Amino acid sequence: MKVTFPHMGDAWIVIQTLFESLNVEVVVPPTNSKRTLTLGTKLSPESACLPLKLNLGNYVEAADHGADTIVITGGIGPCRFGLYGEVERQILGEAGYDYDVVILEPPDGSILGLLKRIRYLAGEKNSWTQIAKALRFAYRKSVALDRVEDLIHAARPRLPQPMETEKLYEDAKKRLSQTMTDQGLQETVSWVQKSICERQKEIPCSTDQKTNPLRIGIIGEIYTILDPYTSGDVERYLGRLGVEVDRSIYISGWTGNHVFQGLAPGYRSIKSYPRHAKPFLPHFVGGHGQETVGAAVKFAQEGFDGIIQLFPLTCMPEIVAASILPKVQEAYKIPIMTLIIDEHSGQAGVQTRLEAFVDLLERSNLQTIQSGIGQTRGDVLSVGER
Amino acid sequence: MLGNDKYFLGVDVGSVSTNIVLLGSDNKVKEALYLRTQGRPMQTIQEGIRQLRTKVGNSVKIIGVGTTGSARQLAATLLGADVVKNEITAHAVAASRVNPKVQTILEIGGQDSKIIILRDGVVSDFAMNTVCAAGTGSFLDQQAARLGIPIEEFGPLALQAKHPVQIAGRCSVFAESDMIHKQQLGHSLSDILAGLCQAMVRNYLNNVGKNKDIRGPIFFQGGVAANPGICKAFEEELGQPVIVPENYGVMGALGAAYLAQEKVGMRSETLTRFRGLHLAETQFQANSFECSGCANRCEIVEIKQDGINLARWGDRCGKWSAAVGTSNGGIGHKEEQRGA
Repeated sequence: MKVTFPHMGDAWIVIQTLFESLNVEVVVPPTNSKRTLTLGTKLSPESACLPLKLNLGNYVEAADHGADTIVITGGIGPCRFGLYGEVERQILGEAGYDYDVVILEPPDGSILGLLKRIRYLAGEKNSWTQIAKALRFAYRKSVALDRVEDLIHAARPRLPQPMETEKLYEDAKKRLSQTMTDQGLQETVSWVQKSICERQKEIPCSTDQKTNPLRIGIIGEIYTILDPYTSGDVERYLGRLGVEVDRSIYISGWTGNHVFQGLAPGYRSIKSYPRHAKPFLPHFVGGHGQETVGAAVKFAQEGFDGIIQLFPLTCMPEIVAASILPKVQEAYKIPIMTLIIDEHSGQAGVQTRLEAFVDLLERSNLQTIQSGIGQTRGDVLSVGER
Repeated sequence: MLGNDKYFLGVDVGSVSTNIVLLGSDNKVKEALYLRTQGRPMQTIQEGIRQLRTKVGNSVKIIGVGTTGSARQLAATLLGADVVKNEITAHAVAASRVNPKVQTILEIGGQDSKIIILRDGVVSDFAMNTVCAAGTGSFLDQQAARLGIPIEEFGPLALQAKHPVQIAGRCSVFAESDMIHKQQLGHSLSDILAGLCQAMVRNYLNNVGKNKDIRGPIFFQGGVAANPGICKAFEEELGQPVIVPENYGVMGALGAAYLAQEKVGMRSETLTRFRGLHLAETQFQANSFECSGCANRCEIVEIKQDGINLARWGDRCGKWSAAVGTSNGGIGHKEEQRGA
């Protein structure tokens, strides 16, 4: 059995670790790329949402590397993701791929059924203690991964050499993917912290923009915001524009809530979002629609300068959220922009909107600093060199 | 005369049109050019500079250049721009220079439409059409061509309508079949055109203008503002006057010129990076390739002048865009083959 799984940002680092520590052979599909999307689009229904197309592309590419079993989480509720596993099984079968699809969800609410599936994947060689241990370590790795990512989010607008920051991030991810000990995880996180501090010292004099950058919260559909290929690398692009980003959902927060049923909080827990969303959206609408609204409220309360919502075209839960966000914008006087992502790879449209959005936020920042006195429009709109 | 004065150049390279504005230091527009991009932005920019030169002569002194539009980066490389700005900011700057009180800008261009909300002269909110180009200039062009009328006559004809027909504006495909149906029923051409204008305006306000607080004074700019039929439909739908500024078609370019003026004006000792009007004759080459350095497989575009790399973009990691200005870009093609 060679197990593969769909890509979602850096989640592969965690999933690979999980299977390797159980001695299950695992095939990590090539990173999402144009090829992945092209392959997946060929197999998918035209109106399917973007993640399904990328998933299918991942499986086709993984099949070239000998994968024969797919693991995907399932879900209950009105989001189409809950049907992904079943739909993908049928599409791949019709296309002639001999895949075994294991969906990690309680079938008809039966926990025993879920445990059976886990046992099937892990094989007879692993005891339940070993499985639990592997799960716990994978979870700790996801927390370390999120901590590194969060540090990079903060470092991007502050450090002078953007390329070096990206390299640091890549190196850290490589180290995290290889280490199999808690010590290794700890060391990598401190190594990143130390490297950032050292580089910060090199900055001759810290200007206000470097120490107090604009802060933008990224909210929306989980796959789109976690996968840089899908989002058009929004976070990195904003970082280069001098913006510090934060995100509503991190991998560990999602697994903590979704896979561990809330037993583990994750690096950034998503538990509080429904409570924050309550005045605007008091009930579950499928997917992470309610979380999106809640996260917007939370970011607004924390004094973020702006919020960007991302979702793939036709994503129903996020459409619901998008229609409620103007109320949040009104209530908290915080600019919110919605970006809808689809198959097009042209970046110009997204970049124009991001640049204009950052221009808009810099203006309101300047306005609060100077409280509108002696300030011409030119000062605000043509801020700095880009 | 022209030769003694100093000017700012604003260039807006969009999907359908390329606009060039020459702005005098007295804030007056000396020249405004409108060219069709026709999918060849590089040649169009050069052609525009050539036309500009024949109009104003070689001796004009350009002391600042700004670019905007979807090909702003390409234009900036070719021209040597001092400011590169997105078109939303550029349009807002131009409009608020013309009238500092303006609170809403409706902009409909060839393939995109946007709304910009300003308060106290600064942008407070904006929106652009997302995944659908229904209700933009290209669609009007297409329908005018189908009905066999020049696009210039579209608006005046629509104004003659007595009873505009109801046309579905949600999607341009449905709008077209609806129009054909109405025309086969025997409705007059002007009534159909006026109905189309209303449908377009409704579509715009429902999609782009959704949830926006539209307050006057309202500016209507972009190529479609030339159409008085659309303008009237906007006024009826919004219940307020809609102002079409004098340079409505080149507001983006004008904004870019103003931004260049502000940039250079702030530090008068800095020299412009403008390459000069002779760039119309310079040979530029553009090519693209897929980097195989990692799994991202970025599409890299490089612009060369006489074998020297002027600029590269499209890479996520920066290894190509960082290595610019040398004959081989500093990176051998060996590197390009590395890994997979």
